[in-house]
Amino acid sequence: MQLILESLFNGVAIGSVLLIAALGLAIVFGLMGVINLAHGELMMLGAYSTYVTQLIFKLPALKPFYNAYVIVAIAVAFVVSGIVGILLERSIIRRLYGDPLETLLATWGVSLILQQFVRSVPLAYGTGLVVALLIGMLLPIGLPKKLYEKFSGRIIRLACWAISALLGVLTSNSLSTAISKLGRASARNVDVTAPSWMRGGFDLWNITFPITRLVIIVITLIAVLGVTWFLKKSVWGIRIRAVTQNRSMSDCLGISTETVDVLTFGIGSGLAGVAGVAVSLLGSVGPNVGGSYIVGCFMVVVLGGVGNLLGTIIASFAIGIMTDLIGAGRLLTIWPDMPTPLASAVDFFATTSMARVMVFALIVIFLQFRPAGLFPQKGRMVEV
Amino acid sequence: MKNLPKSSRWFLLLIWITIIAAIIAAPALLPVFRLNLLGRYLSLAIVALGVDLIWGYAGLLSLGQGIFFTLGGYCAAMYLQLNSSSDLPNGIPEFFALYGVKELPFFWEPFKSPIFTLIAIWLIPALVAGTLGFLVFRNRIKGVYFSILTQAALLVFFNFFNGQQKLINGTNGLKTDVTQLFGQMVGSDSMQRWFFWLTAIIVVIAWFFARWVVRDRFGNVLIGIRDDEPRVRFTGYNPTLFKTIVFGIAGGLAGISGALYTVQSGIVSPQFMTVPFSIEMVIWVAVGGRGTLLGAILGAVAINYAKSLVSEALPASWMFIQGGLFILVVTALPEGVLGWLQSDRPRNLLTRLGVSRPVSTYPSLEAESKQEVKK
Repeated sequence: MQLILESLFNGVAIGSVLLIAALGLAIVFGLMGVINLAHGELMMLGAYSTYVTQLIFKLPALKPFYNAYVIVAIAVAFVVSGIVGILLERSIIRRLYGDPLETLLATWGVSLILQQFVRSVPLAYGTGLVVALLIGMLLPIGLPKKLYEKFSGRIIRLACWAISALLGVLTSNSLSTAISKLGRASARNVDVTAPSWMRGGFDLWNITFPITRLVIIVITLIAVLGVTWFLKKSVWGIRIRAVTQNRSMSDCLGISTETVDVLTFGIGSGLAGVAGVAVSLLGSVGPNVGGSYIVGCFMVVVLGGVGNLLGTIIASFAIGIMTDLIGAGRLLTIWPDMPTPLASAVDFFATTSMARVMVFALIVIFLQFRPAGLFPQKGRMVEV
Repeated sequence: MKNLPKSSRWFLLLIWITIIAAIIAAPALLPVFRLNLLGRYLSLAIVALGVDLIWGYAGLLSLGQGIFFTLGGYCAAMYLQLNSSSDLPNGIPEFFALYGVKELPFFWEPFKSPIFTLIAIWLIPALVAGTLGFLVFRNRIKGVYFSILTQAALLVFFNFFNGQQKLINGTNGLKTDVTQLFGQMVGSDSMQRWFFWLTAIIVVIAWFFARWVVRDRFGNVLIGIRDDEPRVRFTGYNPTLFKTIVFGIAGGLAGISGALYTVQSGIVSPQFMTVPFSIEMVIWVAVGGRGTLLGAILGAVAINYAKSLVSEALPASWMFIQGGLFILVVTALPEGVLGWLQSDRPRNLLTRLGVSRPVSTYPSLEAESKQEVKK
């Protein structure tokens, strides 16, 4: 019993990291049909924003609230990755709708640039850039209507970007003077230290559950519930689903498909940022941190069936539990007197990397029977 | 080339003459280090030809060509290792002793034979590619799903090769530069010169082969699959078969390429199976011009040469340049450099600059008028 529980917990823990990482991808890929290979790098940005937030909370003024930095970091990471994602959508992906292979290549290019950006540009400048982008995007929306009557739109936009650029430079300068670590570019991995309440374990029925893992599970749960609520109940969520089902019809009915695209992509990217927070709690953060998750995420989406949140959830937990079962060699502990050839086979696959090999083989076999994943989209289509 | 207009044919001929002249002149002009680099890039051109066949002609974007590339490399390296380990204890390659392995793993045995190795270099990758392709294509999985699955397969092979120290030396890979072939060190200068010539000849053969593949009906079906697969199916062709075959061919080419690359770089390791390397192969083809076989060769050599030059001068900037190339080629130059040169647009540019455009009529009319003149 204890063994099963422990195994289940480990599987759920692995699965929840996969799920939170794949959630944004499932939205972007499932609803927009866009393959975003830069998703991993958006996660990386989320992880780095956690790092920056943590350093800011170490400043004397914010020191008393240090324990709460993770919660702030989630919001920060969501906004940072979301902003970068929106910029990406507006500048590149918008031109490539309907051509997923081209999008795949372009986003790979973006991911290379983002990786190198983190390596060779000091984090303080990056933060300043994001701040400038955020203000530049929000300011024109927040201004009173009267201003638009007085001046032409172009001048207002110019002024907004000038102000935001100034604020961005100010932010980066003050950050790099206040925290010297952020003022230097470095390709080395950085570590996010969890606040004291997240260290250690939580004992229940003689099993220790690491609290970081529990926190990640909770973050995942909240994210999934939030996304479900947003897509099912909110006005914009319903619009997003409408555009997914029939783009031209929704357009005719007065839904701004462009806004929907931006919103969907922004939310998907933002969720990647939240995933980055989770990832940063698990290990050190480096420019390549996203790359190790991206393939797993895509497997989750393919296995779960495109455009289906439930499928994504089940698939990620299935993959997580399978990986744990195979990788930790738990089958041997559950069934000790297995016949020898089988036992040696199980032993052969009982490492993390070999478990991945096995899980992939299982997924390919599964796809032989259900090519469109666990929950295929229904409809009369020649092409799926 | 048959169907191209006359000027374009001259243009291609010119490129070919330049390439062949460059290859012949290179060993005399370049120091061995540079020559070796050029040889490596030429061998990469072969895998690029394969990518062009499956992506440029059949529309299958594989992100896993590194698998077949590395398999070919391992085949060559295993033979070389065995060939030069006969006087070592147990008669097996040195690294086995590190992991306490006394006996040669069974799958190493056939690689003692040079003939088997020469066949295995292309046949094993081709068979692996064919099997993998068949399993995927059979279910009509295509487009991005195919790309994702090949990428996942790549990661799986990487993990497998990386973890198996006792079988194939795991993450350290197999070294070839200190092994013997025909009584000489593979890494020696004279051998490397020979390998350069061998690579250059094989590139040309591979080009002829690829052209033969796409020239006739087979190529037309591939293009049909790329442009409208259901229609090809409704016409009575079986796309699965065609796609499996072409994927296998591309796998075989990748294997040959990997073997040539391995003997020239001195090592084969799971690092050849990392995700970025396989995607890079796609960008060589994209920049050179997908659907133009020559473009794949030119793209592979040019980009890799640029990469080595830029990385020597400004190490940090190559990633930015490469990322920019991906974005640029997708948004602004979808048919690649060679495709762009063959299209109307350079002419249009010239017209805009003031150079008048020669007035042309239908080729058949021109031919008729010439015949009349002869009469």
